[in-house]
Amino acid sequence: MAESQISSYTINFGPQHPAAHGVLRLVLELDGEVVRRADPHIGLLHRGTEKLIEHKTYLQALPYFDRLDYVSMMCQEHAFVLAIEKLLELEVPARGQYIRVLFSEITRILNHLLNITTQALDVGAMTPTLWGFEEREKLMEFYERVSGARLHAAYFRVGGVHRDMPAGLTDDILEFCGPFLKVVDDIEGLLTENRIFKQRNVDVGTVTLTEAQEWGFSGVMLRGSGAAWDLRKAQPYEVYEKMDFDIPVGKNGDCYDRYLCRIEEMRQSVRIIRQSIDELPDGPVVADDHKVVPPRRDDMKRSMEALIHHFKLYTEGFHVPAGETYTAIEAPKGEFGVYLVSDGSNKPYRCKIRAPGFAHLQGLDFMSRGHMLADTVAIIGSQDIVFGEIDR
Amino acid sequence: MDEALTELGDYIATAMPGATAMPGDALETELAHHELMLRVPAAAIAKVLAFLRDDPSCQFKVLVDICGVDYPDRTPRFDVVYNLLSLTHNHRIRVKIQAAEDSPVPSVTSVHKGAGWFEREAWDMYGIMFDGHPDLRRILTDYGFEGHPLRKDFPLSGFVEVRYDDEEKRVVYEPVKLTQEFRTFDFMSPWEGAKYILPGDEKATVDDEAKDG
Repeated sequence: MAESQISSYTINFGPQHPAAHGVLRLVLELDGEVVRRADPHIGLLHRGTEKLIEHKTYLQALPYFDRLDYVSMMCQEHAFVLAIEKLLELEVPARGQYIRVLFSEITRILNHLLNITTQALDVGAMTPTLWGFEEREKLMEFYERVSGARLHAAYFRVGGVHRDMPAGLTDDILEFCGPFLKVVDDIEGLLTENRIFKQRNVDVGTVTLTEAQEWGFSGVMLRGSGAAWDLRKAQPYEVYEKMDFDIPVGKNGDCYDRYLCRIEEMRQSVRIIRQSIDELPDGPVVADDHKVVPPRRDDMKRSMEALIHHFKLYTEGFHVPAGETYTAIEAPKGEFGVYLVSDGSNKPYRCKIRAPGFAHLQGLDFMSRGHMLADTVAIIGSQDIVFGEIDR
Repeated sequence: MDEALTELGDYIATAMPGATAMPGDALETELAHHELMLRVPAAAIAKVLAFLRDDPSCQFKVLVDICGVDYPDRTPRFDVVYNLLSLTHNHRIRVKIQAAEDSPVPSVTSVHKGAGWFEREAWDMYGIMFDGHPDLRRILTDYGFEGHPLRKDFPLSGFVEVRYDDEEKRVVYEPVKLTQEFRTFDFMSPWEGAKYILPGDEKATVDDEAKDG
């Protein structure tokens, strides 16, 4: 038998693989252990969210946003309600804006904790996961106290937030901040100078700034490559203008820099949380326009008009003037945008969800070329992939 | 903010037709909700995006998103919407073209590398064809899926459902069976121009005619 040279072979990675961060099926063309081509097959978690939203009223469509990227729930609700408010030209009262900022930052910490610790798990470190998830539990308790749900909060509503925070919550959040910074230091102590962690991440998955722009990267994927670009600073929404915080920027654009950016972003988020609690004004948390915002329950006991509003808003819902908008926010993973087209009825005509992870995963092919198979796992980890938002 | 965008819109309206060799009246600019939008002919889209990327006053280097929108009553049926971002000038712009069901629009993968998956998604969801795309496969739907689910004439419940058949020991596809009737509510107020005759209304006209007669 003649000897034949095998140049490359193809393996199937996932969809049921713990390092695939969900249901990623990756068809890898390998030359020995070096990746020649990576072809992600996505859509295994496709639920037709955009189609479902077209058949629901604006209020009914809101909870779908929690279920997109299921580790940064409120940030996505935020993009959707901001888009609707833009079309309605509705003002959110100051207290509502502060609470939104406060919970956006809590969400950012929730997301980064998950990402950093699972990335560490992917490259072999187990302890950060245990420590990080303890803090995540505490943060999800705050979620539960404002909204009643640990994960799928549906707390941000058109015109503000669903209801005011319970008494004592702000004190507990402030109390959480100090010890949490200590935990961040501890996690950093385990990872930042760790020899194995650095060997697995430094110079892996390097993205230049030009590449990042060409491929439509955003968030940490862009900042890690050296762009000081954060929508909270560049195109501020809510009260981010008044907040004093820094944007960490990477230098080399590799997995390690992105990890460092995320660690620092958590500290900056704590700064924003403290400021927003210190400056938290009194007043209503939701706009006073009862053609859009449901009336208070005690008003409904006395006022016929309030009762009618309540009935109409929870059956028919409110109508949004015809028009279209693309509204984006700085979600923990990058730029999360909603392109909303309204035809003047009570349901969105089209609601395109722009998920940051979709653009990032597309870049996996060029990022992992020439790397080892095991590095692909580190790259997926540092891209912060969650399939809820990519597959929609 | 709005002034800067108006200025940018005016600049694009004067500079772009020459640079992209397209008739000057084919370009429309529109400013709404502090967002700038351009409507351009479909054939010129690649040149338009290249102009917007390279022109020093535009610098729209990041392609944020491509998506389709379906208007079944209109010909051509689809809109393709490109959302662009300029990190240099901190501007956003939206470019719209129209696409028909049966004829392709030019792909912009040669201008923005990141367009590949977004165009695949528009093909998958709407059936918009992109001419010159290197790899126009379906992306989000199942292997072997038929139809384009985000079209307005595609039913919400779909056509087939999937289950594991224990006898055949494999996954089988079957036509959708709904255990409960599909519920869709009409919220149109009958006082504000429902487009159908309300039950009972037909009697009123018959009575009127009877009286007249």
